[in-house]
Amino acid sequence: MTPKSEEELARIVAEADRPLRIVGGGTRPVGRSTGAALSLAGMSGVTLYEPGALTLVAKAGTPLAEITTLLAAENQRLAFEPMDHRKLLGTTGEPTIGGMVASNVSGPRRIAVGACRDFMLGVRFVDGSGNIVKNGSRVMKNVTGYDLVKLLCGSYGTLGVLTEVSLKVLPDVETQVTLVLQGLDDARAVAAMAAAMSSPFEVTGAAHDPALSRTMLRLEGFADSVAYRAQALTDLLEPFGAAQAIDDPAIWATIRDVTAFADQPGDVWRLSVKPSDAPELVAKAQARGVIYDWAGGLVWLLSEGDLRARLGDFTGHATLIRGNAAVPVFQPEPAPIAAIAAGLRAKFDPRGLFNPGMMG
Amino acid sequence: MQMPAPNASVLSRKDLIVARLAAVLPADALLSDLAETRAYECDALTAYRCPPLAVVLPGTTAEVAAVLKICHELRVPVVPRGSGTSLAGGALPTADCVIIGVARMTQVIETNYDDRYIRVQTGRTNLSVTGAVEADGFFYAPDPSSQLACAIAGNIAMNSGGAHCLKYGVTTNNLLGVTMVTMDGTVIEIGGPHLDAGNLDLLGVICGSEGQLGVVTEATLRILPKPEGARPVLMGYDSSEVAGQVVTDIIKAGILPVAIEFMDRPCIEACEAFAKAGYPICEALLIVEVEGSPAEIDAQLALITAIARSHNPVELREAKDAEEAGRIWLGRKSAFGAMGQINDYMCLDGTIPVSALPYVLRRIGEMSQEYGLAVGNVFHAGDGNMHPLILFDANKPGDLELCEAFGADILKLCVEVGGCLTGEHGVGIEKRDLMHVQFAAADLEAQMAVKDVFDPLWLLNPAKVFPLDSSAPRRAA
Repeated sequence: MTPKSEEELARIVAEADRPLRIVGGGTRPVGRSTGAALSLAGMSGVTLYEPGALTLVAKAGTPLAEITTLLAAENQRLAFEPMDHRKLLGTTGEPTIGGMVASNVSGPRRIAVGACRDFMLGVRFVDGSGNIVKNGSRVMKNVTGYDLVKLLCGSYGTLGVLTEVSLKVLPDVETQVTLVLQGLDDARAVAAMAAAMSSPFEVTGAAHDPALSRTMLRLEGFADSVAYRAQALTDLLEPFGAAQAIDDPAIWATIRDVTAFADQPGDVWRLSVKPSDAPELVAKAQARGVIYDWAGGLVWLLSEGDLRARLGDFTGHATLIRGNAAVPVFQPEPAPIAAIAAGLRAKFDPRGLFNPGMMG
Repeated sequence: MQMPAPNASVLSRKDLIVARLAAVLPADALLSDLAETRAYECDALTAYRCPPLAVVLPGTTAEVAAVLKICHELRVPVVPRGSGTSLAGGALPTADCVIIGVARMTQVIETNYDDRYIRVQTGRTNLSVTGAVEADGFFYAPDPSSQLACAIAGNIAMNSGGAHCLKYGVTTNNLLGVTMVTMDGTVIEIGGPHLDAGNLDLLGVICGSEGQLGVVTEATLRILPKPEGARPVLMGYDSSEVAGQVVTDIIKAGILPVAIEFMDRPCIEACEAFAKAGYPICEALLIVEVEGSPAEIDAQLALITAIARSHNPVELREAKDAEEAGRIWLGRKSAFGAMGQINDYMCLDGTIPVSALPYVLRRIGEMSQEYGLAVGNVFHAGDGNMHPLILFDANKPGDLELCEAFGADILKLCVEVGGCLTGEHGVGIEKRDLMHVQFAAADLEAQMAVKDVFDPLWLLNPAKVFPLDSSAPRRAA
């Protein structure tokens, strides 16, 4: 099924008598679901772009590539740096804006500017009863009623089928530089990243690759400012070694897309944790591969079996992004929270049509 | 403004309810005499008042849970209250409600610089969160203008913004986790020192839910390293269209100032008469502030002033030092006080797309003539959040109603051009009955469905946010 309009989609949902599997570009098959494919490919196109207002509105099936091209022509970008899952998951096709929002996909710059959910201004969606619902709008500040925009963002299609999204965009930068520290162990690397993040020098990427023994810190902005901050940050990090400045933006695409694990067999886990807890958790994980992003707050692990059992209780959550381990894909939640989530799904999708079983 | 009739059954059981509450609270944490509860009869929307049945001032999450459990069992409505600074009537009591005030819960629970967060009890004021970390070079970014008084609890309930949110975002972008007590007394933990949700983003919908989903007792907040410095520049123009174009050009040039504030002629004149900040008397005044090291500030201001000059300003003044910076901000920061000197005023809070600014200002001017009420505009231009201040005389019969009608027309205009009713103050009771203007029935139904899940009996702050006719079946059930 490939509806061409919101009304057609609403009719399909209202008349559906079996579960639906909602498909954007099909590049992020995270979570398990059954059901008849419902594609958003027929609902595509940017409906509004005002560079001077930093605002973009697009239909959910719009390819992300179309949007980034449009923004680049005005020297703007999606500042939260959405990850491209294709290499890691071995998928093809074109990521869509709706799929990105449904899974709240962000990247390394998330630590500085916020996640996809923080850039969301509005949504339109069809709920499980076939109602067309809007929430938020196209303006930057809006506290009118409940914020269903954030609830829908990252709900993996389980509360409604997104049909249109409004986002805040930001200016692109003049230049960027990466400072690299070599030879730090995980704990020292996380400490170095914390020092950098606690400085006023506006670090927009903080990652550590233990395999290469390389800790990376990104600065962006106007050229003079970047040069000034690069020197100041180098001085600040002197206790951790001599930082080398390199000009290689591709490093950050590699971190963002976790390409280090792309051609390696094994399960891929995504951990969201308190940054200073990360080295200890990694030690418990007994993983074959590790990448630290978000100054340690995001850890990618290449691992086997029940990772959660090895980690024990910890602050944060672990999501199985790739693999077949016989465990829930999303972190099980405490009973009162799970009850609220189940209650919301029952309200928004009373017949359990949307991506059943996806998030628990 | 209509409020539902108080529940007679609840009123008749006052003695029992107070006795049950007294059993779970320290003696000084419960107020039930009218002489004492009257202090809680309104918030900053002072036109509407009603003393509550009782007020509780718990000191711990456990006490909040005990109170809610009793109120749930006895079917007593509860109105949560932070510092009572809501301009929208978010903490307005009803005669049959128990107010849960968090004013005594002001502790800092944990400060963690390595992971850049602070955990506080939510009665703590916004400014004192920054106060707890600024000696170590950090700050809490959201800065509503009531920040000296307003509590984090209210900031979370209303998703408060501030002058600097163009760069740093509003409360929801700086809130990492909460401890919340639901209406049945269950204590839940959502989020924490990690950055994103592991399943549904419940934190995202709790923030801004105006105290209708639970009582938030503790919060984990993101703290940021203080910038090396900040400096404003002031510019005056002889038309609001030109000033609006300057804002657009600055943003399009790739500069992201921390604040862009806009004032129109009536507001400039009032501020100048009141604060004597030396503002040029013109149609539109902009204050643009940038941050960074001294050299970075110079570089950014050079770009900004070049754009400003290209539009022929009537005045362009760069702050050379802290004293000059203070003078530039002086007028803006005294804007509300200055307008209040002239008369009573009502402060609106609609947001518009920045491109609609000249049209909206022109229409507000026309409506001001039609209604015969003066209005001054001061607002956050970078994000389109307007604050029209309508002047009226509270002692003149009919003036408040006229002012409210004018305000409603301005908010309808905001929605008509693609914006919204409220950018940072919240709906409360003030904009409750205008929600139909922005939302269709299905939109409101989806929001109310969320409340059904968290508070199935609709006991928490029940007569707020949603038009009374929309919420009536649920409140009656």
